[in-house]
Order: sequence, then structure tokens, then C-alpha cells
Amino acid sequence: MSLRTTLSLLAAMLLAALAVAPARAQGFAGLGTDAGGFAEVVRGRPLTFPADHGAHPQFRIEWWYLTANLVDAQGARYGVQWTLFRQATVPADRGEGWDNRQIWMGHAAVTSAATHRFAERFARGGVGQAGVEASPFAAFIDDWQMRRAPSEAPTLAPLQLTASAADFSYALRLTGDARPVPQGDAGFSRKSERDQASYYYSQPDLSVSGSVTIDGKAIDVTGQAWFDHEWSSQPLASDQTGWDWFSMHLESGDKLMLFRLRHADGAHFFAGTWIGRDGRAQPLDPGDIVLTPTATTLIAGRELPTGWQLAIASRGLSVAVAPLNPLSWMDTRFKYWEGPISVSGSQRGVGYLELTGY
Amino acid sequence: MTPTLWVMKVLLSHWRRHPMQLATLLVGLMAATALWSGVQAINTQARLSYDRAAAAFGGGTTAMLVPARETSVPEGLFARLRRAGWPVSPLVEGRVRIGEQQVRLIGIEPISLPRGAGPAPAIAQTALQEFFAADGETLVAPETARLLGAGAGARLVTETGTRLPLLKPVADLVPGLLVTDIGWAQRILKKPDRISRFLLDPAPGGARRPLEEVAGDSLRFVAAGAETDLQRLTASFHLNLTAFGLLSFLVGLFIVHSAIGLAFEQRLPMLRTLRACGVSARGLVGVLAAELVLLALAAGLAGVACGYLIAAALLPDVAASLRGLYGASVPGELALSPQWWLAGLAMSIAGALVAAAQALVKVLRLPLLASAQPQAWQRAQQRWLTGQAGLALVALAAAAAAFVFGTSLVAGFAVLAGIMLGAALTLPVIISVVLRAGERMTRGPLARWAWADSRQQLPGLSLAMMALLLALSVNVGVGTMVGSFSATFLHWLDGRLAADVYVAAKDDGQGAEIAAWLRRRPEVAAVLPSARAEIQLGGETIELLGVADHATYRDLWPLLEKSDTVWDRLRDGDAVLVSEQLGRRLGLRLGDTIRIPAPGGDWTAVVGGLYADYGNPRGQIAVNVDQLSRRFPDASRTRFGVRVAPADAPALMAALESTFGLGGRNLADQATVKAESHRVFNQTFAVTAALNAFTLAVAAVALLTSLLTLAQSRLPQLAPLWAMGITRGRLAALELCKTLALTLGTALLALPLGLVVAWCLIEVVNVKAFGWRLPLAVFPAELVRLLGVAMLAAFLAALLPVLKLARIPPVTLLKIFADER
Repeated sequence: MSLRTTLSLLAAMLLAALAVAPARAQGFAGLGTDAGGFAEVVRGRPLTFPADHGAHPQFRIEWWYLTANLVDAQGARYGVQWTLFRQATVPADRGEGWDNRQIWMGHAAVTSAATHRFAERFARGGVGQAGVEASPFAAFIDDWQMRRAPSEAPTLAPLQLTASAADFSYALRLTGDARPVPQGDAGFSRKSERDQASYYYSQPDLSVSGSVTIDGKAIDVTGQAWFDHEWSSQPLASDQTGWDWFSMHLESGDKLMLFRLRHADGAHFFAGTWIGRDGRAQPLDPGDIVLTPTATTLIAGRELPTGWQLAIASRGLSVAVAPLNPLSWMDTRFKYWEGPISVSGSQRGVGYLELTGY
Repeated sequence: MTPTLWVMKVLLSHWRRHPMQLATLLVGLMAATALWSGVQAINTQARLSYDRAAAAFGGGTTAMLVPARETSVPEGLFARLRRAGWPVSPLVEGRVRIGEQQVRLIGIEPISLPRGAGPAPAIAQTALQEFFAADGETLVAPETARLLGAGAGARLVTETGTRLPLLKPVADLVPGLLVTDIGWAQRILKKPDRISRFLLDPAPGGARRPLEEVAGDSLRFVAAGAETDLQRLTASFHLNLTAFGLLSFLVGLFIVHSAIGLAFEQRLPMLRTLRACGVSARGLVGVLAAELVLLALAAGLAGVACGYLIAAALLPDVAASLRGLYGASVPGELALSPQWWLAGLAMSIAGALVAAAQALVKVLRLPLLASAQPQAWQRAQQRWLTGQAGLALVALAAAAAAFVFGTSLVAGFAVLAGIMLGAALTLPVIISVVLRAGERMTRGPLARWAWADSRQQLPGLSLAMMALLLALSVNVGVGTMVGSFSATFLHWLDGRLAADVYVAAKDDGQGAEIAAWLRRRPEVAAVLPSARAEIQLGGETIELLGVADHATYRDLWPLLEKSDTVWDRLRDGDAVLVSEQLGRRLGLRLGDTIRIPAPGGDWTAVVGGLYADYGNPRGQIAVNVDQLSRRFPDASRTRFGVRVAPADAPALMAALESTFGLGGRNLADQATVKAESHRVFNQTFAVTAALNAFTLAVAAVALLTSLLTLAQSRLPQLAPLWAMGITRGRLAALELCKTLALTLGTALLALPLGLVVAWCLIEVVNVKAFGWRLPLAVFPAELVRLLGVAMLAAFLAALLPVLKLARIPPVTLLKIFADER
């Protein structure tokens, strides 16, 4: 997954004064241009598992992101989102108990063609209300969790995923024995022409089964999910205004992740990774990505590009991207668009789209 | 101009010719409205602050999970509850002493704090950054900051030497409260890893696991909207104030009634003329009512303004009373809503219409061509007295019924109201009987006339006399109650404050040092350690007070009831002493068994005695200090009483001060503590004294206006006497004597009535309101003084009309014979 949401969310948290950023933080999202005493993202540091599944409190921000494209027995399609964000409000935070200065935020959503339900949670670190453990893996906030189910396998999965709110809930089991896929250069994911970068890996090949409950009605579903984990201290350039991020499960078995970081001057920053059926990841040449909005949806006074045309010549890909529900609006403390999409054209498939900064 | 306006103009012309009457009417309405709205303003203000106190961090508005057995629960429960779907926010609270001030300290967890449960609306939105930062913040109401003598950015230091985070005044925050992050509060209050209670976010969430499954039986659910302690505790006090306000309102209406009655009497010829000119009875009543509403509006506005002034003047006293009696904090600045102004005006108009109802009905039935009926008053009076006596019986019966069947505080006040109303209504009947008897026993013509004339005056004066009776008896009653309380309280204080010097150490370590040091001193006769703990019992927080096993307590502590060998059993931990109000609340009697939740397991003991604990809103249980320390290891042992010869006390205190750096609140001799207690006591009842004075003043005004009214209308009765050769001076003297005699009679009746009121207050109202019963003490000197005040008030009220009579131009008296009334 990308920085997009989190950075904007971070801004929201700061603006809403929920989070506590250092006084010197300034500019959009309060991210400035230096890591301000937090650990820095450097090229060439290998990712190690399972340790890197856990939290990296010395970095300013971090998130664990899961999106799933699901279908019920009648063929109706659904989308599920489960996200846990962490933010350190002071560098080198070693506080325990109430002295801990990490803030956690959870987002959960269920989307169908007819409805989009979402909820958010906030928590303070240090007292067991929210956190992430590396092994056995467990990410949780309140009663929402993504937890390793008992298994002998050395992989991240199988996972148990739960979230519940007033008008929806879900309980899903995620399986898959693929290894984590490092994004960018062996996990070093650049976000601008300058130094901004993050550590970023995915597990795009997870099978899902379980049930989604909307307004008290339980629906059995199956499908596929995409897991992301990303952390950084200075991932954004100050003139980047927002992000359009795609993840796709193609019929061929290939997976595709790509994003566009929008610059105020129109010189957008593109990046993407093509993940073959064998799980091997190959970065895309930014010049090879042709991304064009084709349809917009007006939500809360914002014009959101919810329909797209995408072409990647080197892969022979030319597809149209359409949302399952154009009103997949996350009206949380920070507002953004996140919902399931379908892909048609030279290949068919499903996936997730996220639009921030509009 | 329309006919209606013409009629209005004609009617209003009356007031131009009788400005004094207009003034009377307006003063009456103003007085009625002023005290009523003043009291309402105070009540509203107090309720508002309770609501704010309750709304801040739960209470009335937020559902909560509170410890079921102890005063706090382990911190780990927070995460367990959240992980089980319970949207709780933890809170730790306690009291800290800063300088001379004792304030409540609350630690909040800002991220999970439900919206709207915050200390002030401002906190959720602004600058949580600083609140949560390393240096932290202590939020405080501006008035509390002033009280603590510290400004923004200051770092307060508690009595025990702990530094608080940077002070930040926040408008709208509940006064008397400090708010910090929960981590800070746990350190400051020395409650590491403990939570005092949880607030439940009212926003709908997902499924929750059953509470028992998560927390066992350690937590109890308290629904939102449950009555707060403060509301419950202070209900009686506000009812008391309301009763006072209502009384003043009624007395004010008496004035209005007599003024309107007179105006009606005087305008009879005018009204007849208007009717004869073709104005319909309905039309006339309509215009009269409109005139009245107009006057009521004017007087009401002035009255509400006066009410504001009264409230502003009384509020500090009320705040002191509430603090003294209940520990409730009410800000000293008045904030009023438009509703309050409207309500005051409505009361004024409604009151004026009620007071005028009789007159208006008369106008409706006014015979167009009625001739003068000189003897008619006698028959009318007879009927009136009979009716009044009947009403009095009904009121007294209602009082008796409320006494026998009522259990609530309202019933207590109903008894009071019934007795007073009944007595007031009986007053004219009694006076009439006395006057009749007097008339029969007198021989001389002038004296006989005086008796008969007094009787004739009675309907005009009786309302004023009733007002005086009520005001005097309330004064006697409340004065006697406060006096009884004061006497009992001082005697009780003597017993409770038996030690000669009181010492409070900074912590347990210093406490042990001081105790050892004191024991080595030759002049110290005994060191009496004490300890305190808090428990939850019957849904409320109860104080456990540990007292030493020593002759000081055995001999001096005044127990209301006790069993044999209670002190031995107390020492062994088999028995405890229970405060009177707690005993009443929990229905505990001598010999009952009580289960005290303790950290190491419940402590079962027998109620070995009951003791008075005046002025303490909380229930208290006294136990042996060693037993307490054994069962509550966390209870601090920092307080000591020292027995020492009074002559050695100053030297010992000086030594303690220099050796241990104690001072201020931490070291006091008996006399200082007693003086302080007495001061608090007096302050607590200051508002009662002020209200007493107000009521008496209103009653005096009622008397004055009635006399002024009568002076006008009685000229036809006096003119013949003057014509027969009795000088104006003599007539005036006679009038004065009659007024004073009537007042004396009323005041003499008010004394026994006042004692009945006092009995009612002490035996019925007090017991229900505070939970303690006092012996009734009568203070004859005080009664004589009140009698004097009443006579003086009557004399002053009568002076103006009497002087007017003495100087009346003879032509006015002559004109009486020319006018046909």
C-alpha cells in the first residue's frame, strides 16, 4: 500500500489535534522535510521476517493495511478494508504505560454495490489498547484484530481478521503461503524525485473465506485479499498534494500495484510493481504507466476520479477501471475515498482504489 | 381614541391622584417578584454548576463503569474492556491540597474520552497537543486558578511536594477542579496503575462481551441520567430556598392584594359612572385587567432586576453554605438566561391577577345603582371569618396528614406549610375573638369605640398581620433551629476535638518519625494516630476513620447510642462505630452486622455505637486505627492528635515546626481548629440569616402599605369622632396604640408558632435533609429580641400614617360630611 492515506490521515490527526506532533512540524501533514530525530529510511537495508511484521516505533508513521475483494453465493460483490495506523508523536519514544507517546488509529469498512459502511477507532499506545506484535503476528485496536491463526507454516498467513461497528461487522480467515513481496528496490520504496521514501512490502496473494454482516444480516463470502505494511519517517515531499493508489488481482494470476503522487505543478510521480504468478516482483518503469481519469463522482463538494483508463505498454495491459460503489467515501475524521474496483479490457480482474487529497 | 383607550385613561387618572397607592402596588409586586426570582436565580445557578460538574467526566450525563467493591480497579482492566468491545475511557480522581486549598484532581485519557464528557467543550478541539506533551498541562477554571493564586504556565506544588504540570486556565471548566493526563494524575495522587472509574462512550459501537466475563464482579454499570450525589444531597437545601422564596412571594402578594383592594374601593364611584355611561361590565374588567398587566410588567421588570441584585448579593453566602454542607462547588458569578427573566415577569403578572381576582369579580357583578350600606361590613366580616376558619382547619388537617403519612422531604415541608398557613388563617379569628371580649369588658365610650373600630379594621389589616405572623414565626423557627444546631455543634466539637495539637505529616515515613519523636517528649501525655480509607458501601463512597484506643476517645467522644464494652470490642476489631447519617441511610441500628469491603477480604463487624457527625455529607465509619491499618495497608498514617498540657502546646508546636518543617495546615492547636470549624459553621448559615431579614422587611412593608391604605379609607369613621371633639393628636395616638396592640398580639402568637416551626425543622426537615437529629433548644433572649424588632417594625410602619392623621387639614375631615361615598 502507499503513503497516501496515512499522510493525509496524519495531517488530519494533527489538525484535529488528536495526535501530538512535535512543535516544529509544519507544512502539509506536518511532515517537513527532515526526519526530525526519527529513524531514517535508507536504501539497502534488507527486510527481515518475522521481525519486520511488527511495529517500528522509532519511525514516525507506520500502517498495516488489508483490502479484500469478496463475492457471496449469489455472485454479489463486496469489498472489505481493515487498517491500523501508528504514529509516534515524539522521536525515540521509549515511554511505557501512560508515558508512551504512540497514537494508534484503526479504520474498517465494508462496501457493496448498494452501501458503504465504515468505522474508526483511536487509541493510545503503551497500555494494551492497540498494538502490533511480530510473532506470532497480531495487530489490534480495541476489539478489532488481525491475528495469526494457529499453524505450523512459517508464513504470515493464516490470519483471523475481525472488526465490528454499530451497523456492520466481519470475521474473515485469510490463507496463503506466498512469501512477502518487497516493493520498490528490495523494500525501499521511493516517493519522490528527492529523498522521500518508505519501507514497504506486500502479501498480495491471500485467499479469503468468512462472513460479512451488514445491519445484522450475515453473508458468507469468499475472495482474495491484499496485505500491505509500510513505515517511514519522512515519506513525502511538501509539494505533493495527494495520491491515487491501485492494487489489482488480475485473472492471469498476476498482481499489480501502482500509485501516482500528485504534484501541484502537474509533474506527478509514478511508481508501480508487477508481481508475476510466481510471486516475483518487478518494478515498473514510471514512463511506462499511462493513467487517465475517465469518470468522476461528486462527494461532499469534491470531484473524485472514480473511473480510470490504465495502460502499461511493456506488459500489453490496457484496461478500464470502474468502482463497485462510486460512493465508497470514508467520512472519518480524515476523509478519503477507498473502495473495490473491477478491471476490464485486455485483462479482467478486481482490486482496490484509494483517492486522497481531493 | 377608541372608547377602550378612553376608559383606560380615566382609570389611570386615579393613580395620578394617588401616587402613594401606586407606589404601594408597585412595591408589593416588586418585592414579591424580586425575592422569588432571586431565589430562583440562585437555584438555577447551583443546578447548572452541578450539571456541569456532573457532565464533566460522567456523572449525570454519561454512563459509567464504577468499582463495585473498592475505590479503584487495576489499570489492566482498561485494555481488557476495550479489547472486549467496551468503549470505555479511564479516569483517575482524588483530592490534593495546594496551599490552603483542597481541590479535586482528575486524570483523563484524552484520546478515548467520549465527546461531550470533556471538562469543557474547548478541550476536545484545541491544543490537546500541549495537554499530551511531555511537560503536560493542568487544566483549571479561571476562578480556581485565581483562588490558588497562580496564573497560566505556573507549576503548582501539592502539600506532599509533588509538582503538577503547567497550569492552563480554561473558561467553562468546573471550578475547584484540576485536570491532567491520566499518567500525571496517577503519580500525583499516588495511585499507580489504578483507575477510579470508566466513562462509557454513548456512541453506538459493535458487540460487547458480557461485563462479568471481562471484569468479574469488580465493576458495576451505572446508567446515564442517574441522579448525581450532589443533586441528591443538595435537593433539600434548594427546596429550603424555594420555600423561602415562595413565602416572600406570598407576603408580597398580600401587599398587592391590599393595594388593589383599596384602589377598587376608591374607584367605585368612578366605575359606577363608567358603567352608567354605557361601558359594559366585561369591557371594564378587560380594561382593568389590561391596566393590571401593564403595572405588573413594569413592577415585574424592576422586581426581576432587584431579584438579580439579591441573588448576586446572596450567592457568595449560598456558595459558602453549599460548600460547607455538601462540599458542592458553585461559582460566585451569576449567569442568567432569558427564560429566567420571562419566568420572573410571568410570576409578577400571574401574582397580580390572582391578587386582583376578587376585585375584578366584584366589578363584574357591580350593581349599577347600589346605595351605601353602612352596616354591611359587619355581616360581610362574619361570613369572611367563618370562611377563613374553615380554610384554616383544612390547612391544619393537611399538615397533620402530611406528618402522619409523608416520608419525603417534600412532605416535611408540607407539614410546615400546612401549620403556617393554618395558623395564619386562624389569626384574624383569634384577634376578632379577643377584640370582641375586650369590647365587652370595657365601659368608657371612647374605649368601646376603639375596640369596635379595631374589629372593623380587621379585614383591612388581617392580611398584613398574617404576613407579619408568617415572617416572625419563620424567623423564630429558623433562628431556633440554627441556634440549637450551633449549641449542639459546639458541644459536639468539644468532644470530637479532644486532642490538644493536630499534626499532619507529609508522608507515612515522616509520620513514623514524628510519632517516635513525639513519644520521646516528656510533656506529651499521649500520641493518638489516626488513619483514613475510603470504601464503597450501598452505592456510595464512605469514609473509614481510624481512631486510637485511648482514654481520650473512651471518655470524651460523645456517642448517641452505644453498647456495653464498645471500646474494647472496637479495639479488637469486632465492632465499629457508625455515623448517624450513614446509619439512617443504610438503616443500621445498634447490634446490626456490617460488612466492610477490604482489600484482603471483607471485614464483618457489629455496629457498636452511633455517633453524630454534623456537617459531613459523606457517611463515615469509625474503627480502631490499628485494625484499619492491618486491613487497609494503603491507608496513609500521617495524622496524629497529641495530648499535651495547654501551656506546653505552643512550645511543642514550635519544636515540631522547626524539627520537621511543618506549618500551615499541617500543624494546628485545638483552639485554631475549633475557631475554624465555628467560622465555617457560621458562614454556612449566613444565607439563612440574610433570608430571614429579607422576609421580615417584606412583612414590615406589607404592614406599612396596609396602614397607609386604611388611613385613607377610614377617614369617614374618624371624622365623626373629630367632630365630637376628640383632637386629631388624640385620634392619632389611639391609632398608634391600636396598631401596636394588634402587632403585639400577632407577635405573641408568632412565638409559639415559631417554636412549632423550629420543632418541625429539626425533627422532620433536618432529619430528612441531612440525616441528623438535634435536641431543640429555646433561646428566650432571642425571642424577646425578635418581639422588640416586630414592635419596632410596626411602630415605624404606623408612624407615617399616624403623623399624616395628626396633621390632616380639618377641611379634609369636614369634607367627609359633604361627600356622599
